[in-house]
Amino acid sequence: MKRIQTIVIGAGQAGLAMSHCLSERGIAHVVVERGEVANSWRHERWDSLRLLTPNWQSRLPGFAYAGPDPDGFMSLPQVVRHLSDYARASRAPVEERTRVTSVTIDGGGYRVATDRGDWACRSLVIASGACNLASVPACAAGLPDGIAQLTPLEYRGPAQLAAGGVLIVGASATGVQLAAEIRAAGHAVTLAAGEHVRMPRHYRGRDIQWWMDRAGIHDAGHDAVDDPERVRRLPSAQLAGTSERRFFDLNSLQDAGVEIVGRLSAIRDGQALFSGALANCCALSDLKMNRLLATLDEWAERAQPEGLQSIERFAPTRVPNPPRLTQDLTRGKFRTVIWATGFRPDHGWLHAPVFDRKGRLAHREGVVAPGLYALGLPFLRRRNSALIDGVGADAAHLADHIAGTRGRLAA
Amino acid sequence: MTFETKISGTPVDNGVDTASLIGARAAFEQAPEAASFTFRSSCDWITGTQNRNTLNGYFGLGQEHARKQTFTIASDHPEVFHAADTAPTPPEILLSALASCLTGGLAAVAQHRGIKLHAARAIVEGDIDVRGILGMDPDIRNGFSAIRVRFEISADASDAEIAALVAQSQKRSAVFDMLTNPTNVVVEVA
Repeated sequence: MKRIQTIVIGAGQAGLAMSHCLSERGIAHVVVERGEVANSWRHERWDSLRLLTPNWQSRLPGFAYAGPDPDGFMSLPQVVRHLSDYARASRAPVEERTRVTSVTIDGGGYRVATDRGDWACRSLVIASGACNLASVPACAAGLPDGIAQLTPLEYRGPAQLAAGGVLIVGASATGVQLAAEIRAAGHAVTLAAGEHVRMPRHYRGRDIQWWMDRAGIHDAGHDAVDDPERVRRLPSAQLAGTSERRFFDLNSLQDAGVEIVGRLSAIRDGQALFSGALANCCALSDLKMNRLLATLDEWAERAQPEGLQSIERFAPTRVPNPPRLTQDLTRGKFRTVIWATGFRPDHGWLHAPVFDRKGRLAHREGVVAPGLYALGLPFLRRRNSALIDGVGADAAHLADHIAGTRGRLAA
Repeated sequence: MTFETKISGTPVDNGVDTASLIGARAAFEQAPEAASFTFRSSCDWITGTQNRNTLNGYFGLGQEHARKQTFTIASDHPEVFHAADTAPTPPEILLSALASCLTGGLAAVAQHRGIKLHAARAIVEGDIDVRGILGMDPDIRNGFSAIRVRFEISADASDAEIAALVAQSQKRSAVFDMLTNPTNVVVEVA
């Protein structure tokens, strides 16, 4: 069995940022990766996906975008190239094609079993991603035979869908992007929308991410919100990685001919039942967007950045009245259902009493247990903890923690 | 990504003990089983469409509770249905339950957000085509086809803040949830 001070699981942006910060502090480590660098970006995303953050914002510790289009949005091959370049530039000690099969507590450290041998380490950083598994509601079991079901992890593009109608469940960034793309490919599309986060791509002439960055909203930590757990549960904002269209919201989808219905509440006797609370979900989302815009305007009033266009407000979300509440699923309206109902990490290989009642990894700002850390999860420490741009600050924080406890653990 | 509603530390009093409610949240975090409540009502037939509900005991916080007084809710049907009209119809009681739930929630959310409520009234309407309950047309449902609630609110808050209170009261309402999402209902004979 090989021994090393620190093991990092996963060579995506989080694991690579962690490796960079550990190297800076002279902490011996290895990054074990089930596939290749940026594996999820290579194999577990749909073809048209682009980053929701502009190129300039793909900042990592000791690394930044240096290409000709800082305001563009990386395609998946470009993300893979960006992260591969980062791994090379920081000489990350990545052990590729090494899948972790189990992690157990071992004396004062951890034993990491892989399909290419076992390791023992003093400290372990879980950087294996926040979106390994697609969350599918229990009612999926009631879907009649003959309707294909897909999760976004399996979806690549409209070409793989049977001709006919598509029900997309969930109105996060994933749901609205898939709805727009599949509708544009000629399918009848129905989108079931529960609570969602409406947001313009650009505002007063600047990208929304410029605002979030400059106004300090991304940096907000736990002390800035009353319930971090609630923020963790929020769906991603209705954005796409393109500046060509301002909105990927329910209005723009309705303009394109997508039918909007409420949250899928149940499937009963072959009938899909949609919530009658759609109007309130839209009202909540519009109010929330306007509060955000008002906050950005207040910041601009104080900070006086140059070149801003004038203050704007947007038309409220149009709600079908009455919205469809039921749909007979046995009549062929939908040939495919796509569950855009969120993702969760896969920690099935971690055998330690570190999970909360709902099976989620319990941690305090990334510290799970003595010597055990997590990185790259939603609102780990800040709002942008799960973004490429936010993972670096968290990695530095954890690397400091590891450096600070190294002597004590070894003693 | 989103933006937070402002939780004010300003002490306002809408008559809601928000401190205790927030304390209860912390307690249920530790002991989630205590949060399982069962509410009951027993309904006695009197005559015709007249009947009366009696409500007292409930289960919660791990034990049975008895109230200091027993409440009653009577129901009947109006004269156009050839009934005695001694009490509201069950669908009207449902409308009032929705209004009560949203109005109570409104006060609690307002206090949590530091907003003093001076007056609030919810006017509720439900549309029903009675050919449904008479079994005349299978395409007509028995229940309300639409319910509308109109709030009249006077509070120390902007229009947007008041709209946010109303939206949040729906988001956290038990009755609103039961009316907008299906609930499994089991009826049996003892």
